[in-house]
This record gives sequence, structure tokens and C-alpha cells, in this order.
Amino acid sequence: MGMTMTEKILACQAGLTQVNAGQLIQCRVDLVLGNDITAPPAIHEFERMNRPIFDREKIVLVPDHFAPNKDIKSAQMCKTVREFANRHCITNYFEVGRMGIEHVLLPEQGLVLPGQAIIGADSHTCTYGALNAFATGVGSTDMAAAMATGQTWFKVPAAIKVNLTGKMPEWVSGKDVILTLIGLIGVDGARYQSLEFFGDGVANLTMADRLTIANMAIEAGAKNGIFPFDEITKNYLDGRVSKPYAPVAADEDAEYLQTIDIDLSKVSPVVALPHLPENVRPVSELDRIGIQQVIIGSCTNGRIEDLAQAAKILQGRTVHPAVRLIVIPGSQTVYLEAVQRGYTETFVKAGAVVSTPTCGPCLGGYMGILAEGERAVATTNRNFRGRMGHVDSEVYLAGPAIAAASAVTGYIAGPWEVVK
Amino acid sequence: MICEGKVWRYGDNIDTDVIIPARYLNTADPQELARHCMEDIDTTFVVKVQVGDIIVGGKNFGCGSSREHAPIAIKASGITCVIAENFARIFYRNAINIGLPVIEAGEAARAIKHGDVLKVDLGGGLVENKTTGQNFSIQPLPGFIQAIAQAGGLINYVTEAEKK
Ligand code: SF4
Repeated sequence: MGMTMTEKILACQAGLTQVNAGQLIQCRVDLVLGNDITAPPAIHEFERMNRPIFDREKIVLVPDHFAPNKDIKSAQMCKTVREFANRHCITNYFEVGRMGIEHVLLPEQGLVLPGQAIIGADSHTCTYGALNAFATGVGSTDMAAAMATGQTWFKVPAAIKVNLTGKMPEWVSGKDVILTLIGLIGVDGARYQSLEFFGDGVANLTMADRLTIANMAIEAGAKNGIFPFDEITKNYLDGRVSKPYAPVAADEDAEYLQTIDIDLSKVSPVVALPHLPENVRPVSELDRIGIQQVIIGSCTNGRIEDLAQAAKILQGRTVHPAVRLIVIPGSQTVYLEAVQRGYTETFVKAGAVVSTPTCGPCLGGYMGILAEGERAVATTNRNFRGRMGHVDSEVYLAGPAIAAASAVTGYIAGPWEVVK
Repeated sequence: MICEGKVWRYGDNIDTDVIIPARYLNTADPQELARHCMEDIDTTFVVKVQVGDIIVGGKNFGCGSSREHAPIAIKASGITCVIAENFARIFYRNAINIGLPVIEAGEAARAIKHGDVLKVDLGGGLVENKTTGQNFSIQPLPGFIQAIAQAGGLINYVTEAEKK
């Protein structure tokens, strides 16, 4: 029987010629990732095992959630991670000032290769599927065990085929595509499964779009999301990656539980209303919903393409007096590029705050926490109750175009309401 | 393994952000995490939960973030097992790894009410609702998973196995 992209990677890493959905396997991993929240418990567990690190070049540690340190306890956790990295000579430790949000950083730094199996103690590790890798989130104990053994166990996921056709209209981006998909199948629509993207529409998606789409596979409950390898993948990797890599393609007769067709030309800018990412509505159908804050950033939409889209809308305009706009570049590289391209100036002149890279408000950490009753439009990925602050605050998820337009109007708006 | 206690019943899609909000993630200390468990959907939980109690959830329990702090907070509150129609995968894995038994049982999860008293035989595969007298058979937990729970988590289990 034929195999899906995910099955091919897992079979190869497990040293098997064939794996099938549902099978439990032990497999090698190419990278093990942790952050300032998930790594400290993993380090604690790892040290109890009294074993060496399996490979100091295959562990990635990124203090990004509460870093630059937001308080004393966070400082302690970052210190734990830093000292561990030093003690074990971890090559890929990214200090504040050289870091980024982990899922923006790893692909950008050329650490993710097609055909790899990657685990991270962070649920959005699935982002790397955009590069034709198998990548999934695990917990701290799994991270600890993998740091010692270079292995983990998986249940091979069954797959859903997402067939993309056509080309996205103006102002539509990867965020609208993935929110539309989650709206269709729900937050548990792909629970325990793999989302495999196909179709002639894939060629019309930039790498930034693909990273955004794969990033939110977890919001449909998926174990991973994965894209085929093509010219766009190759161009993205050229200059970033020097090691050889082996992309995978699905077999013709691979099995899928179902096929979902999405015509990209029919996707419109959408918003996910509180408190679940599946509450998706076209922005054009919403009444005027007043907002107090806009966040543009996160591992979903903190890339230069996202900032470019926001800058296009904010150029020569000002943020509504009742709104606080916070722009958070996803990495130091994105930050620098935003400065060089003049986006930072555009944002500051418009009346926005531009922050250093951090997860910050995305998970209700700091740098823009919501008070009781406040509403925010955010380009982040989760709008659960209390996610960005007070339990009676609300988060509306959208792409950078809607977020930037809403910052100008003071209510949730489509970009066409601002750019006439 | 037998768990016996009162039920805390919650709905579908209970995410890890409500199980333990990120504002408390600047520590990994189980007792401190337990002090804030569930507070964003149920402020009575931490006040009234008793050692031995059981959480029953609906669909997709534990969705969202991969924070292992979520099952740790639940376990440190004194909860002995979680029954749900089904679980989000990272939570499921984390719960087993830290030694919190998790049981997928659609029928039982739908029928059990808040405050019911249950006796759960994990190895025997039986949930007895002592309040209503209803019984539900469940998939017994495999021996090694019960052993992980008894050892207090995967790392203990692995370290103990090595010593033997
Ligand atoms: S930006 Fe948000 S979703 Fe992404 S890794 Fe950080 S906290 Fe998680």
C-alpha cells in the first residue's frame, strides 16, 4: 500500500520500509526543541536520568515566551535554560538579541530540512511541515527523554488530504486559508491526524503563507500539517541550508480518511470570533465590533511578509485614538529587515509600538495584556478564554491585513475600508 | 489501580489555557500550579477539590498548548484520573508521561454528572457510578501505563526499570 508524506518520513526515521496509520513506532528525531517555559521542567527530568545529551547540535533552545525576562521567576527559568545550554555546549541556543519566536526562527536559520522528523516541546512545532518535514509538539517529559536518546515514540497518524486549487484574491493570505479550513472541520476536525496539503493551488502560496497554514494545523487538533516540496521550498532553502536533504512525496495510492477541497480564489478575509478558532466568519459579514488593541506578530504572522502587508495599509495613516497597536517582529532578522525597508518608521509614525521579538501577549505573558471587557484583534493563533489577559477579555483572530485595517478604524474592518 | 472520588464535570474543548493560564507558567512547581488549576472556568475547583476526586470532560479535552503544566496542575490538585469522550493528543501523551491516568470513554463521559461519586477500576476496565448505580465498561489501561502512573511518571518508571 502507498504511503502519505508523513508515513514516508516516519517509516524512514523508524528504519522501516512501510508504516500504516495507527501503528506505534519508535523513531529517530532530527531536532528536539524547547523554550523558556517548557525546557526547565524537561531539564529537571533530564537531569534525574543521569545521562549525556544525545547530540549537542540537534537540540534547540529558544527563550522566547517570557523573554526578555518579564519578571524574576521568568528570569530564573531563562537562566536555567542558559546554564543548561552552556553546560552541555548546545550549539543552537539563541540568546535575547539574537533570537526570535522559535517557529519563525528555526526555518529562517536553516535548521529545518525536508524529510526530517522534528519534535518540540511547543504545540506549534507543526509549523515546520511547510518545509516538507514531519514536525509535532510534545510535552516536557518527551523532550527530556529525546534529549537523552534522540528518539521518541509515535502513533502513525491517519491523514486528511486538503486539496488547494486556484489563486488567492487581493488581501487574502495564508491565515485566511487556515482559518477557513478550521471553520470547516472544527477544532477537533483533524484530531490525532495529519493534514496533508496538495493541489495546483500550493504553487500560488508563498513560504510565509505555508508556514502560517502549517502553524495552525494544531488548531484543528492535527498532529502535524505537511506541504509537498517544490520550487518555492527549494528557493527558500537555498542559501539557508548547506546540508543535503531528502524531500518526500506521497504515493499515488496513499490512503486518506477524507479529502477537503478549498478553492483559494473563493477564500475571503476572515476572523475567528472568541473563544474558539473554529468560530470563523467573513469580515464583511460582521457588525461593527469596537476594539481597544491590535497585535501584529506571533509565530503565525510575525514574518516580514506579514509586516509588509500591515505596512502597506498603515503607510501614511494613523492608529485610531482608542486603539493600541503593538507590532512584534518574529525574529531579529525580521526586525532588521523591517527597519531597513522602512516599515518600522511607518508603524511608529502611525502611532504603534514596535517591540523586540517575543511571544509576549500571544499567550497572555506580557507586552499587551487585556483588561476586563477589552477586545483585541490579533494575528496570533488562539482565542481561548483568558488567553491574552483577563478572563472576560476577547481575542479576534485574523491575518495582518484585517489587523492593520482594524487598528486604523477602531473596529474590526476589512482592508478595503481603509485602502480605497 | 482503583480511583474513587467525586466528579468535577466540564464540557467540550477544555483547553490547557483554562486548565492552567499562561500567567502562572513562570513556575513549574506542581503545588503552585495546583493553586490556579481551572480558575478561569471554575473558581470553586481549587477551593473544594479533594484528594481522590475525578475530572470528567467532553470532547477534545486538553486541546491547545503543549504545556505539561496542565496535567501536572490537575494531578497536584489531588485528581486521580480524568475521563473524557476523547482527548487532544499532546495532553493525552503528557498525562501518561507524568503519571495521570486518562480514560477515553464516550458513554460514561456523557452520562456522568457533576458531583456524582465514581469508583474507577483502571486495570479491570470498569467505571461504577455510586450515585446512580450505573456501570460502564472501559478499555482497561495496559499494565505498563498503570506502572508509569504508579511510579509517578515516565522518567521514574524508566529510571526504576534500569535499576532492576
Ligand atoms: S507566538 Fe504564541 S503560539 Fe507561537 S510559540 Fe509563542 S506563545 Fe506559542
